[in-house]
Amino acid sequence: MRRGVGEYAAVALPLLAALALAPLVYSNELLLFNFIMFLILAQGLNAIYGFTGYLPFGYVGFFGAGAYGFALAVMHLDASPLLAMACAGVAALALGVVLTPLLRLSGAYFAIANLAAAQAVYQVISNPALQDITKGPYGVTLSSVFAPALSYGVALGILAATLALVAWLRNARLGLALQAIREDPVSAAMAGVAVVRGRTIAWLLSALIAGLAGGVFAWHISVFYPETAFDLSFSIFAIVFTLFGGAATQLGPILGVLLLYGLYNVIGITVPQYFQLIYGVLIVLLVLFLPDGLASLATRRGFRVP
Amino acid sequence: MSPEPLLRVERLGKRFGGFRALDGVSFHIDRGEVLGLVGPNGSGKTTCINVISGLYAPDEGNVLFAGRSVGGRKPHLLARSLINRTFQSPRPFLSLTVRENVEIAATYGRASTAAPAVDVVLERLGLAAEAARRAEDLNSAHQKLLDLARALATGPRLLLVDEIAAGLNPAELLLMADRLRALAAEGMALLVVEHLMGFLERVTDRVIVMNAGREIFDGRLAEAVRDTEVVRVFLGGAAHGG
Repeated sequence: MRRGVGEYAAVALPLLAALALAPLVYSNELLLFNFIMFLILAQGLNAIYGFTGYLPFGYVGFFGAGAYGFALAVMHLDASPLLAMACAGVAALALGVVLTPLLRLSGAYFAIANLAAAQAVYQVISNPALQDITKGPYGVTLSSVFAPALSYGVALGILAATLALVAWLRNARLGLALQAIREDPVSAAMAGVAVVRGRTIAWLLSALIAGLAGGVFAWHISVFYPETAFDLSFSIFAIVFTLFGGAATQLGPILGVLLLYGLYNVIGITVPQYFQLIYGVLIVLLVLFLPDGLASLATRRGFRVP
Repeated sequence: MSPEPLLRVERLGKRFGGFRALDGVSFHIDRGEVLGLVGPNGSGKTTCINVISGLYAPDEGNVLFAGRSVGGRKPHLLARSLINRTFQSPRPFLSLTVRENVEIAATYGRASTAAPAVDVVLERLGLAAEAARRAEDLNSAHQKLLDLARALATGPRLLLVDEIAAGLNPAELLLMADRLRALAAEGMALLVVEHLMGFLERVTDRVIVMNAGREIFDGRLAEAVRDTEVVRVFLGGAAHGG
């Protein structure tokens, strides 16, 4: 399992360099930004699912909390974008702390409760009675801080930090402990691992990553509505991309995003009428033949995937 | 005045709804002693181990380790406090290698500087050659050894062993018995839950016989098999609610 820094860098650096240079040769910057955002979200989901086995269907709740943490800081505190980014992280972390008791649940119960919690936050944010604070269902406009090039760069920085975090988890004592918890929490406890604390750390790291993704999303697009920031497809995509590529690795979620989100856009442009069908068939094939994701094609043959 | 035993269990009680799994169980284990815990299925043996190892909190009574109350403490804290256990069905971390399984315990559960190094544990249990294999690729006998290795890597002074002999062949049984006796010879106290009388005879100094959540006998195994109450429980247990 333990690998040198070089192998993770060999995956991360070309990806980051390609995404940094891509706007020079490809004009659809929003599409490139979306790739970065899903790469961040997939790795963030990887931190909680890949290393502890909790599958958060309401992961978008942290993303939305981050987006609104950013927006509220800009609108009400007149915060600079970077300070607002910090507020986005804090907002998602705070929601993570509030939802920590959900970790007492497991399996489908956790997934459903997490989904319900995300919906509850969405309902509060979009409540017309809170229009003076959140702008309710009418959405927010953050034109005063609109800076697509800078926000693109910050998103790349967040992606770099997220990739480094996952590489660290793969190698650090904590990552080994988290994988032990995922395999068997009772046995992990008897190995001396503080199970509740380990799960909580992974949960909060995962929330922080989604919150920062939400913050930079808000900054980059500058105009959005509650249903945009809390769109359930963010959760679904992050889950599908991670599972398709292979959880608990750094490379797996990257492959998942590049292949599936790439395909999503190709289908969306060429044959949008078949999008649901093609995507559905792909997911069925994945569950049937590659339940551990693309990375398992290598691990089954004895190769280690960074 | 005799020295304080390493483990003293006092009037331990545990209920699951209306079912009393443990009903005032009391016993002690001295340093370097191997105590057998026997009884029919459902008599409370594994529940007793689960309470001592912190997986269940006791409803009544107390667990004293080296004179200090540890009843209801979390299992990871007990693991770091020199109490560890194996499981009836071994529970290794299947996707991790044998070495990683033991490293986790050595890293997080090491209770003292006296805890053995990972390589020493693997060598001692004959797992050194398997160190790089994933736990899921081991046979059940090796998985039991890995379960034991995980426990030993924390350097426990009290080891709770839950039916480790089940499924082992005669040669493996003898080797396992020798390994447990060797641990006791080094001063470790062992509480061994087991059904195999031959194995118990080889390993234990003393046995507690349990029935319906209570201890009904405390003494040497040879005396237990002549005890009328013990014989009644084992031979006519079903008819008498065992």
